[in-house]
Amino acid sequence: MCLAVPLKIVELHGADAVAEWEGVRRKIRVDFIPDPQVGQYVIVHAGFAIERLDEKQALADQQAFSEVENALL
Amino acid sequence: MPCFERDWTAEQVLDAIRALPIEKANLMEVCGTHTVSIARSGIKRMLPKNVQLLSGPGCPVCVTPTSDIDTILDLALEKDVIIATYGDVLRVPGSRHGDSLRRRGSEGARVKMVYSPLDAVSLAEKFPDKQVVFLGVGFETTAPGTAIAVKQAQAKGLKNFTVLSLLKTVKPALETLMAQPDFAVDGFLCPGHVAVITGAEHFRFLPEKYHRGAVVAGFEPMDILLSVYHLLRQLAEGKPTLGNEYTRAVAPKGNPLAQQTVERYFTPCDAVWRGMGEIPQSGLQLREAYRQFDAVARFGLELGKPEKPSACQCGQVITGKCPPQECPLFGKVCVPENPVGPCMVSGEGACAAAYQYQEV
Repeated sequence: MCLAVPLKIVELHGADAVAEWEGVRRKIRVDFIPDPQVGQYVIVHAGFAIERLDEKQALADQQAFSEVENALL
Repeated sequence: MPCFERDWTAEQVLDAIRALPIEKANLMEVCGTHTVSIARSGIKRMLPKNVQLLSGPGCPVCVTPTSDIDTILDLALEKDVIIATYGDVLRVPGSRHGDSLRRRGSEGARVKMVYSPLDAVSLAEKFPDKQVVFLGVGFETTAPGTAIAVKQAQAKGLKNFTVLSLLKTVKPALETLMAQPDFAVDGFLCPGHVAVITGAEHFRFLPEKYHRGAVVAGFEPMDILLSVYHLLRQLAEGKPTLGNEYTRAVAPKGNPLAQQTVERYFTPCDAVWRGMGEIPQSGLQLREAYRQFDAVARFGLELGKPEKPSACQCGQVITGKCPPQECPLFGKVCVPENPVGPCMVSGEGACAAAYQYQEV
């Protein structure tokens, strides 16, 4: 239930944003992120960004997610 | 706050764990995502036999009492109601055999799966002559987004959107566990994404009030291994303290914007947890000012009715007293394809994880 994934903000329109991971884009909300910016990484839970992540950490997390995915293929 | 050994390999962490003078240790996680990560990575099998990892009341679907599921199933039968829900609630059985939202959907009730609470608001806009009820199931992580859905519905002037809030908070449940005389847990892996919202400091009561170890943990196998090592080290040294292993996401004070949003829309209320009974101030209900968006008020519902006795041991499982495998139903009549209890339904339930990853 509290699964959350790191995504990169690629578009921003007020509290609505589009975030992406490996080319998959999804609409998210950034109500809880002060001063959100395109290019920032955020953790997303049930459609809401709940915290900012620094880029290095986000990429390390995404790498780990990919490894799990690959292992499941 | 202790530092974590980021440059260690898993083997080094395991060696360090084995070298600790620990006679016996019971550690508990209280997050369904931890349950799954631990089961999938096989960490339990790598740890010494005297270290036990238990799953606590960390899966929101699993702690929802059957009586509340029955209330939802009855509501789904009401004329013009659309139930909007996260996917993991669909298969949770009610007290009548074979009854679930999915079943109700196949019999003609309107049940829609949503990814975000705002999808439920969109449904209400799309079907103005229907009543959309969003099932607000979850912990602190899920509450802020649910509050924004109410805010949106109000801004759009929607008269056909309500939230059935089954939201719960982790701290009162942990305090209830502590008060049980036979509760033998030495330290906690604290839920990382709850702590993103509440802050790591929220869990300081565990060492300070109850003298139990507490480490806020991330969700990768290495996060969990390092957190387990630190909990065991605290035990070995006899100094339970608060650690934050998940610093890349969790600040000491959490996310203030999310906290303020929850505070504005919700107020604590008593709530019934499966297997634990009523826990004071452990639920979140909409404030009086937002009563028009409260499904309990709109439909005259009653939550938290007494549970009927059942052979299902979910209540014992989520309080760490019975491993899934010791439930008489586990793997026999209760399997993921035909679950009896919610711990087998939700992919994050302790029983489903134990079954799927064969933790035997």
